[in-house]
Amino acid sequence: MSSAPVYNFAYLDEQTKRMIRRAILKAIAVPGYQVPFASREMPMPYGWGTGGVQLTASILGAGDVLKVIDQGADDTTNAVSIRKFFEKTAGVETTSLTGDATIIQTRHRIPEEPLTADQILVYQVPIPEPLRFLEPRETETRQMHALQDYGLMHVKLYEDISRHGHIATTYAYPVKVEARYVMDPSPIPKFDNPKMDMCSALQLFGAGREQRIYALPPYTQVTSLDFEDHPFERTKFEKPCGLCGATGVYLDEIVTDDQGGRLFVCSDTDYCEGRRGHETDGGVL
Amino acid sequence: MTDAPLIQANGLTRYYGAHIGCLDVDLEVHEGEVLAIVGESGSGKSTLLSLLSTQLPPTRGEVSYRTRDGVSRDLLSLPEAERRFLFRTDWGFVHQDARAGLRMGVSAGGNVGERLMAVGWRHYGRIRDEATDWLARVEIKAERIDDSPKTFSGGMRQRLQIAKNMVTRPRLVFMDEPTGGLDVSVQARLLDLIRGLVSDYGLAAIVVTHDLAVARLLSHRIMVMRNGRVIETGLTDQVLDDPQEAYTQLLVSSILQS
Repeated sequence: MSSAPVYNFAYLDEQTKRMIRRAILKAIAVPGYQVPFASREMPMPYGWGTGGVQLTASILGAGDVLKVIDQGADDTTNAVSIRKFFEKTAGVETTSLTGDATIIQTRHRIPEEPLTADQILVYQVPIPEPLRFLEPRETETRQMHALQDYGLMHVKLYEDISRHGHIATTYAYPVKVEARYVMDPSPIPKFDNPKMDMCSALQLFGAGREQRIYALPPYTQVTSLDFEDHPFERTKFEKPCGLCGATGVYLDEIVTDDQGGRLFVCSDTDYCEGRRGHETDGGVL
Repeated sequence: MTDAPLIQANGLTRYYGAHIGCLDVDLEVHEGEVLAIVGESGSGKSTLLSLLSTQLPPTRGEVSYRTRDGVSRDLLSLPEAERRFLFRTDWGFVHQDARAGLRMGVSAGGNVGERLMAVGWRHYGRIRDEATDWLARVEIKAERIDDSPKTFSGGMRQRLQIAKNMVTRPRLVFMDEPTGGLDVSVQARLLDLIRGLVSDYGLAAIVVTHDLAVARLLSHRIMVMRNGRVIETGLTDQVLDDPQEAYTQLLVSSILQS
């Protein structure tokens, strides 16, 4: 007998996957509603995407092509280790090309290339409750969701404007789903918020430590909260990407030397490399 | 305007295990009327206030409230959503400790604006104007609008709490020892303010207090409670000037006479 551990396909046992799939179905049926699920211990620390990994493990099939990104990049620690995890436990094909992937697990970004109806986007969520920092009691926040008692959410935006003159929330910007549930879109930049609206792909959100799953079915209306006289504004960048020259994309700042030199480049590495015509090699620059 | 009472309770009773919280209380409050509930600590005043404001379910008895459409509704069978709506529009609740009624991490303006945003105001400028206006009415300077209530004195916090409650023009305000813990001159100013609001807005109020002077200044009618029971009730001046019950006489006589 071999002493090497034998894992079930995609690490989780089939009963666990069924449990998670049931939660996913419920989440899809009630867009934006946080469904509790029995989150398992995963072989990685909380905060590294245990929720997203469990979702991916439950929906992954042998024919799927997996892409994993962390802040838009395919080559950062979190993305590389999760990709390797599924290469080892499921033996599925992986890619860094957005267009080739059937499942994309993401931490804090939505790819620049528009998603299609045959793709699923899996988000890693640290804190699923958008009302948490305003109302610490879970019993109370559940009541507030049930009764659509969302005045408090605007108090947060009000405070932003009174303090900074504009809504200063730039990531994890709260949204309302189909005019019903207020939802935390996970810490994606608010630049990505409009991409969630009427998206062709299924979007799943998993919070492992907090044991919640929620979802946006394809073509769901997602509106960012705002005031009539302070409407939601997408982040704008003055210059195009320093490498590929793309405009209208989300840029990361990279410090290039100790003389104050800096470069603004696409946060979505695959998009940037595709535009520059390279074979994706996973390099930072 | 109808003659039906705004809020009405019948046989309101609450046991804490075998211990009586309050027993068989009947009361009516009409629009524009201020009722004081007095008694010593542990006499069931605060229990009664929690029962009336449906924060505590009674062991038996009923409470009904006449909503703005003129219909009297049984509060205990009202759905939670409608009850919450009442709480943030038609009712106010002024706590003795302002920290319980305010969000201490949110600016004064945000505190006052919260109810407006809860009922659907979505225009920042208008919310802010309304908040500024209400701060002025409770004598808080407009430049303090972005300050946290943590930086406010006790009296200011109490006034801010009142502004927060009044912004949706409630018809009924519950007050639990509104002047408790404030020094005498601040108390006087606060009482003046409450009196002004009551007369300007035709506000009905149920004020729980152990301070007979507060009851005399604010209320039209008074209820004296002891051991969870109402032992005497009537017009405030009548009861305080000519108390019939031995216990009420004791209460009145224990005030320092000047």
